[in-house]
Amino acid sequence: MSMDVAIDVHGLTKSFDGKRVVNNLTLQVSRGEIFGFLGPNGSGKTTSIRMLCGLLIPDAGSGRCLDYDVIRETAQIKREIGYMTQRFSLYEDLSVRENLDFVARIYGVPNRAKVVAAALERLGLAHRRDQLAGTLSGGWKQRLALAATTLHNPKLLLLDEPTAGVDPKARRDFWLAIHQLAAEGITVLVSTHYMDEAERCHRLAYLSYGQILTQGTPSEVAAGSGLATWIVTGTALMQLAETLQGLPGVAQVVPFGGALHVSGSDTAQLDAALEPFQSRSDLSWTRAEPSLEDVFIQLVSAAGERAA
Amino acid sequence: MKRFSLSRFFWSRFIAVALKEFIQMRRDRLTFAMMVGIPLMQLGLFGFAINTDPKHLPTAVINTDQSEFSRTFLASLKNSGYFDLVRVTESEAEANQLIASGAVQFVVNIPLGFSRDLLRAQHPTILVEADASDPSATSNAIAALNELARSALSHDLKGSASVAAGGANAIDLIIHRRYNPEGITQYNIVPGLMGVILTMTMIMMTGLAMTRERERGTMEHLLAMPVNPLEVMLGKIMPYIFVGYIQVLLTLLISTQVFHVPIQGSLWLLLVCVLLFIAANLSVGMLFSTIARNQMQAMQMTFFFFLPSMLLSGFMFPFRGMPVWAQHLGEVLPLTHFLRLVRGILLKGNGLMQTLPHLWPLLLFMLVVIAIGLKRFKRTLD
Repeated sequence: MSMDVAIDVHGLTKSFDGKRVVNNLTLQVSRGEIFGFLGPNGSGKTTSIRMLCGLLIPDAGSGRCLDYDVIRETAQIKREIGYMTQRFSLYEDLSVRENLDFVARIYGVPNRAKVVAAALERLGLAHRRDQLAGTLSGGWKQRLALAATTLHNPKLLLLDEPTAGVDPKARRDFWLAIHQLAAEGITVLVSTHYMDEAERCHRLAYLSYGQILTQGTPSEVAAGSGLATWIVTGTALMQLAETLQGLPGVAQVVPFGGALHVSGSDTAQLDAALEPFQSRSDLSWTRAEPSLEDVFIQLVSAAGERAA
Repeated sequence: MKRFSLSRFFWSRFIAVALKEFIQMRRDRLTFAMMVGIPLMQLGLFGFAINTDPKHLPTAVINTDQSEFSRTFLASLKNSGYFDLVRVTESEAEANQLIASGAVQFVVNIPLGFSRDLLRAQHPTILVEADASDPSATSNAIAALNELARSALSHDLKGSASVAAGGANAIDLIIHRRYNPEGITQYNIVPGLMGVILTMTMIMMTGLAMTRERERGTMEHLLAMPVNPLEVMLGKIMPYIFVGYIQVLLTLLISTQVFHVPIQGSLWLLLVCVLLFIAANLSVGMLFSTIARNQMQAMQMTFFFFLPSMLLSGFMFPFRGMPVWAQHLGEVLPLTHFLRLVRGILLKGNGLMQTLPHLWPLLLFMLVVIAIGLKRFKRTLD
């Protein structure tokens, strides 16, 4: 295995009470890459992340994380990763500084006091150091959690829906911080269900029902979907949407603000179906690249049909 | 009209809440089991195990007078039902050791020349030493003893000798209530309370400390960090040992200053025993925390352990009054041994040799519980 690969796992599978939550997960993530883990709720993102950091033992499969075996060498993995849980998991009844100090002691960080002070400064938490973590707002809690996760200079960050319930400004700052960390050579695997965040990743994978449906760079994913999309603007769009919905070749009709995105996987069939409407004077049609959201919704409904 | 609709809504809302409560109760299996288990346990313990008139108390006999009369006296002791003659010896030192360690409750000393003095009507003395550190355990037996002394030999002495021996007052019975001559209940209860307080708080505190991590979601972060179960367990136990010692010192201070409980033995030895007892209880709390899913369940399990500890340890009711099965159960509990240790050291002035028989069961209990706890402690979230 080359030194450029941070995560390289094959066929990871996990079931709970007979229900397969992650099925045959195969994943390669390069060092220094921001890898997005996308998928609806319950698609197995959290379970996958927990298997990568040794919190869950896979039922089947094998692989390496930072060149350590994900099944046998979890102790070594834990020392070199930073894991930020979906739910705030620092101590609410400890102050900001006490929380960081605790984490630094657990990891045996040298020059602890200095490192903690520097982290407080860097994340703009210095003036809140003596505030109890439980009294912080969502955005500040998330900043604190990130600080605690990066205190020991991990080589790999596993972030489980770090921006859920955080306001747009804090989200933007957070992604800036993640890009800075990646530029320093840290690998970041981040799960999210925000599509705009997906586009900020170097590469991404889309999970549904415990299975990876597609992976690649955002543009590869869009191109690989084979999806053709038209954007329509005009009047009485909701009636139009209802009319288009049932036509052969039209896979999905989704309203986006004042426009409709009409997509289908067979370009010729889609164009033929839309032809009669394109001459209408109250509508204007433009051809567009499918958005990641279009692609993913298409993937999920296709997977759902296969499963049914 | 308005009134009618209000009351109708009240009923539907009331039903909604009650129904929800029933559903939640049914989901929490452990709570449900406790609600059934605790009354059953109480009925069982109070109904079958507890007996405030303890009989068959182990008794050692120092018999240097091998005569018909002493045999008759001992036989009548036995027949009273209160005394089991577990050891007949000629050595006073051995008998002393037995009563100090708590192996026997009474030592009956029949002196040399007992039968001779009896026949000469010189009112020979029988000395009975009672371990009165728990006054309630011995009081009925002592009452029976006085009655026995009057009547036991009347049959043997019937005829010529009885007249000579002076009838009913043939024997001088001297009862020596050792360790607590005035029969002060506080001497027994107050040191015992130390054990009860420690059992309650230590188990509950550690049980809660761990389940709290799980409930608040901090467990996931803790497990994702490079820390092993032993480090977590010991780190969590340590602060409570400190708390336990504060409780012990407080209890000791009040015992001696307010209730004037004597400290006959070594305070340092007591503090060492306390350490072992605290550690044993903390390990129980740790074990519970690996089983309980939330703080509520940890509390319930603490109570489930605490109840038999109170009832079966000899704290509230005389240990020897209980049937054998209950005594065996009691022997497992740390509080039983701690009570013997603390009463032995404070009231009897016991040293290391007499405390050892109660130290090793504590140690064994703790090691077994820690082993199970470590085995159950999960490094993963599985």
